[in-house]
Amino acid sequence: MDRKIYMDHAATTYVKPEVLDEMLPYFTDKFGNPSSIYFYGREAKEAIEMAREKVAAAIGAEPSEIYFTSGGTESDNWAIKGAAFAGKKKGNHIITSAIEHHAVLHTCQYLEKLGFEITYLPVDQYGLINPDDVRRTITDKTLLISIMTANNEIGTIEPISEIGKIAREQGVYFHTDAVQAIGSMDIDVKSLNVDMLSLSGHKFYGPKGIGSLYIKKGVKIDQFMHGGAQERNRRASTENVPGIIGLGKAIELATATMPQRREHLTRLRDRLIKGIMDKIPFVRLNGHPTERLPGNANLSFEFIEGESMLLSLDLKGVAASSGSACTSGSLDPSHVLLAIGLPHEIAHGSLRLTLGDDNTEEDVDYVIEILPDIVERLRQMSPLFAEREGELKNV
Amino acid sequence: MPKEVYLDNSATTAVLPRAVQDMDECFLRSYGNPSSLHQKGIEAERILKHARHIIADSIGADDKSIIFTGSGTEANNLAIQGVAHAYARFGKHLITTSIEHPSVLNTFKALEDEGFSVSYIDADRYGNIDIDDINAAIRDDTVLVSVMYVNNEVGSILPVQDIGQLLKRGDHRIIFHIDAVQAYGKLPLKPLIPFADLMTISAHKIHGPKGIAALYIRDGIRIKPLIYGGGQERDIRSGTENVPGAAGFAAAASVLSSESAGYLSDLKQMLAKGILEAVSNASINGPDVDKGAPHILNISFNGVRGEVLVHALEQEGIYVSTGSACSSRKQKVSHVLKAMGLPTASCESAIRFSLSTLNTQDDIEYTINAVRHIVPSLMRFSRR
Repeated sequence: MDRKIYMDHAATTYVKPEVLDEMLPYFTDKFGNPSSIYFYGREAKEAIEMAREKVAAAIGAEPSEIYFTSGGTESDNWAIKGAAFAGKKKGNHIITSAIEHHAVLHTCQYLEKLGFEITYLPVDQYGLINPDDVRRTITDKTLLISIMTANNEIGTIEPISEIGKIAREQGVYFHTDAVQAIGSMDIDVKSLNVDMLSLSGHKFYGPKGIGSLYIKKGVKIDQFMHGGAQERNRRASTENVPGIIGLGKAIELATATMPQRREHLTRLRDRLIKGIMDKIPFVRLNGHPTERLPGNANLSFEFIEGESMLLSLDLKGVAASSGSACTSGSLDPSHVLLAIGLPHEIAHGSLRLTLGDDNTEEDVDYVIEILPDIVERLRQMSPLFAEREGELKNV
Repeated sequence: MPKEVYLDNSATTAVLPRAVQDMDECFLRSYGNPSSLHQKGIEAERILKHARHIIADSIGADDKSIIFTGSGTEANNLAIQGVAHAYARFGKHLITTSIEHPSVLNTFKALEDEGFSVSYIDADRYGNIDIDDINAAIRDDTVLVSVMYVNNEVGSILPVQDIGQLLKRGDHRIIFHIDAVQAYGKLPLKPLIPFADLMTISAHKIHGPKGIAALYIRDGIRIKPLIYGGGQERDIRSGTENVPGAAGFAAAASVLSSESAGYLSDLKQMLAKGILEAVSNASINGPDVDKGAPHILNISFNGVRGEVLVHALEQEGIYVSTGSACSSRKQKVSHVLKAMGLPTASCESAIRFSLSTLNTQDDIEYTINAVRHIVPSLMRFSRR
């Protein structure tokens, strides 16, 4: 049996055929440049405005507050650098967390080199940020708070509603990286008091190469891509029309089907986590038991290397990851797992399985069925495990 | 269906069916994240690598010198901001021309606000620049020269090869960036590689998709990233790679042919000759017809507002523009034509025809005929 199971939806997703169908005409027939004044240009312009309305509707924003970018990383960079440079006169302090995506962390590190002060808030054992920590850290020099809506590795959902309230009370801009959250949880930027929000098409069955930044009306951030007057003169570049259309359709679909998706993914996730933990000893669940993304299962298996587990799973047709895709190539353990207090050796033995609309109960059962043997085999090769077994026998 | 003639290929082009096919594959099946370790990731990585190779090959560069970006605008921003910031301690003087694309000009303006000093070299009435002016502008603290190869509005070919040679001869190292977006696929770029340190090319001007472009970066040139994050693209441009975009870009690049220049040039000369014969008020802006880029023809129709003519031609199914698409929604006159010293009346009556290899002689004849009967009627209208 040549089984192929994709359980890495947090890294990227396929494009849904109904999304692609809407994009296709804009490659060939309706290919105009939206800045052109003739029909093809106007047609493209109208189409991107409709997509803008869809994105706005999905997060409770006004269409004029939605700006298209090349992806979540660009959105994060724009929000953070833009707010930092625009706010230089007010202060130089930014608050973020230790478990943000690298698009946020590395941008903050760059700003540190330029003289900005960054507070990286710690998280508890579940990956939760304490809103009181945010409140305590704010000074009169604080320009921006950037806290992710939900973590990409361990799936923990952060208390951004409370953080938003604090930010609003203190008059500090609040940016949230919602790349992993869109399509999996309700987000309303107005009630959450969010000033800026990043999202990315390819995490919810839209195309790669397109994302969006919500910028609340009146929020002042510097421009970052200079050129033509596109995106209300705030983000230059010929608009990626098919990408924008795809993003609009994908977010509309993701929002419309959210209740079913949440139900489906939560059921599969819980079955997966329970199945694995029941069958395999020395396993711990990373992230919060309940405040977590419906599709995220992140587990640490003591005594083994996550990468070996990935390769074994891959040979059995299961695509998974050890952390975020971006750091897959690196040998350092995940900064997120270290931040929740995992020792290096346990962080190394982590497996992230992220479920998607296409996954079934059979997929989950298949993983539960094959994983114990894989773990067992890898543990037999592990000197640490032998030691541990020895200890247990001696007791 | 009434005849349609699309002559605005410098604004954007239709994506080749073959490119769409390759992208489809990436959207639906090879959709992995190239950074992932599993088969889906490896498959995506392989597609990306292959695309990079084809694109590198199309300009005679090494694969590893190609960095994918989200647009030509981003590539220009990355090149100029990236070099200015990386080399600021060696000097803060930069040189460009006054007829660059807005993504170059506005980036330099932003750098001026940061304290950099920029020399803008003026163009002559043909839309060309004098290399002596560049030479004269060079100072001890000059770190970057950025010049476009082909002007997007009038099609003039700027002497980038000579500039490259000049910079190589200089006493100190000056980094040279070429915006080759309009030249790519029309003029050979390979001869520039020995002189260029950075070069921008974009997919959607060569029948590839929007949302993907590339910056050539010569080995050894340091550049500060514009976008930080996961460290993709050799740590120069973070963000999950746009694999379908890269695949579509490569499909379009792989069918570029050195023969297209001759074909385009014939069409352009036919169009110019036909229009000049058909109406009495037409005059060519920019280089002589046989001198400029083979695909861009800019003509002023004296006494007719460009925008009015764009709409009148649209009624006949002909799509052209008044200048670059980026500025066509703004009411102001083209900075390029103004820099060339054209009188305001000529600027306001200018039309850009831009060709692609998908255009035919039939398209050109149809356009000449349309101009022949539309322009005189608009002139009568404008006199009243």
